[in-house]
Amino acid sequence: MDDKYKNEFGVFAERPKVEKKIYDGKYIFLGLIIFFAVVTSPLWQNLGKAIPAPVPKLDTPAIQKLAEKDRKCVQPLAFMRANHMQLLDTWRTEVVRGGNRDFVGPGGVKYTASLQNTCLDCHSNKAQFCDQCHNYVAVTPTCWGCHLDMTQKLAEAK
Amino acid sequence: MSINRREFIRIAGLSTLVGLGGKTAWELLLPGQVEAQLLPKANALAAKRWAMVVDMKKLDEATAKKCIDICHKVHNVPNLAVPNDPKVKMDPADVNRWQIKWIWSDHYHNAFPGQEHEYVQDRVQAMPFLLLCNQCNNPPCVRVCPTQATFRREDGIVMMDMHRCIGCRYCMAGCPYGSRSFNWRDPRPFIKQENPTYPTREKGVVEKCDFCAERLAKGQMPACVEVAGGALVFGDLGDAKSKVRETLKANFTIRRKPELGSNPQVYYIV
Repeated sequence: MDDKYKNEFGVFAERPKVEKKIYDGKYIFLGLIIFFAVVTSPLWQNLGKAIPAPVPKLDTPAIQKLAEKDRKCVQPLAFMRANHMQLLDTWRTEVVRGGNRDFVGPGGVKYTASLQNTCLDCHSNKAQFCDQCHNYVAVTPTCWGCHLDMTQKLAEAK
Repeated sequence: MSINRREFIRIAGLSTLVGLGGKTAWELLLPGQVEAQLLPKANALAAKRWAMVVDMKKLDEATAKKCIDICHKVHNVPNLAVPNDPKVKMDPADVNRWQIKWIWSDHYHNAFPGQEHEYVQDRVQAMPFLLLCNQCNNPPCVRVCPTQATFRREDGIVMMDMHRCIGCRYCMAGCPYGSRSFNWRDPRPFIKQENPTYPTREKGVVEKCDFCAERLAKGQMPACVEVAGGALVFGDLGDAKSKVRETLKANFTIRRKPELGSNPQVYYIV
């Protein structure tokens, strides 16, 4: 009874004999191998190679002009490195929605809270200073859709 | 080891208390350190209610053009109403649709519909009425904005937060004055000369006049008021001795479509 084969059309004496075989197997497997090779090729290509971490430079003319002790950002370096995006986000909300345009930095120094006018005044090397890291970590901030980076154009004009 | 209900609730309550008292929780609940560090500028102009009076008796075509030009220059306002093919003349309807308006001039019958009639004085017919956002006290654009990108400041300025605008254009449908324009294309190539201290806009956002909020914050009068040579009076309605209040007291003024209830705050001496 057990070896009788049953399906929706009735009970049969024995299972139908179907050849266990993958048709066109060699093409399929060859295709799969090629597919995986192509898909994983970037991994193989970069295996063992370290992509150098970005080194943002602070050698812009505006910073060079400052005395050594005045070469400070609006917040300490460690804070800016980790939290500049939160700082800019707070700035834009406070400036546009709150009308508060002065930022009081450490030691009571006042800065105009503006990406385009304050940040870029010193960091006039946007491509080197901003874009390099953003590209490295694959983020695309939407700042530059509206905010102008004139420094590049001025350099071209010169 | 088993735990009864009373015990469980006690432990849960105690751990909540400990959690609330934790350093992170306090930091979450307290206002951020960075927010507290932002203040208005010391020389910023402040008011209870900003308003403008346009004295059409003093405003001629040349002054109106000067006002428009300086505004567009200062705020990087593009001229999008140019045909793709320079040889083809643009349809006036398309010009209307594409142009970006912060401040512009128009005829009496367009500026004050409902008050015009066939026999309007020639002097008034010929006037280039300077039109801009009316900074309404009851702004319909603010009411319809789904993201609160447009909002009303304490001092009455109807402001736009470009970071929030999603380009739905409800505000344009809501505004009865046509004071809002949409960027149908990337505005950057259409700006004659970029002002490096002011941002541009992006494709897909709405823009309008904001009484030069960025200049008021620096202690400067709006750009158009500065070049108008007395034809535009700008000031605080909350201050009875201000020039605006005195001008309003001394002259008969009209407003655009006041019957709609938006309570516009740009007044016209005709």
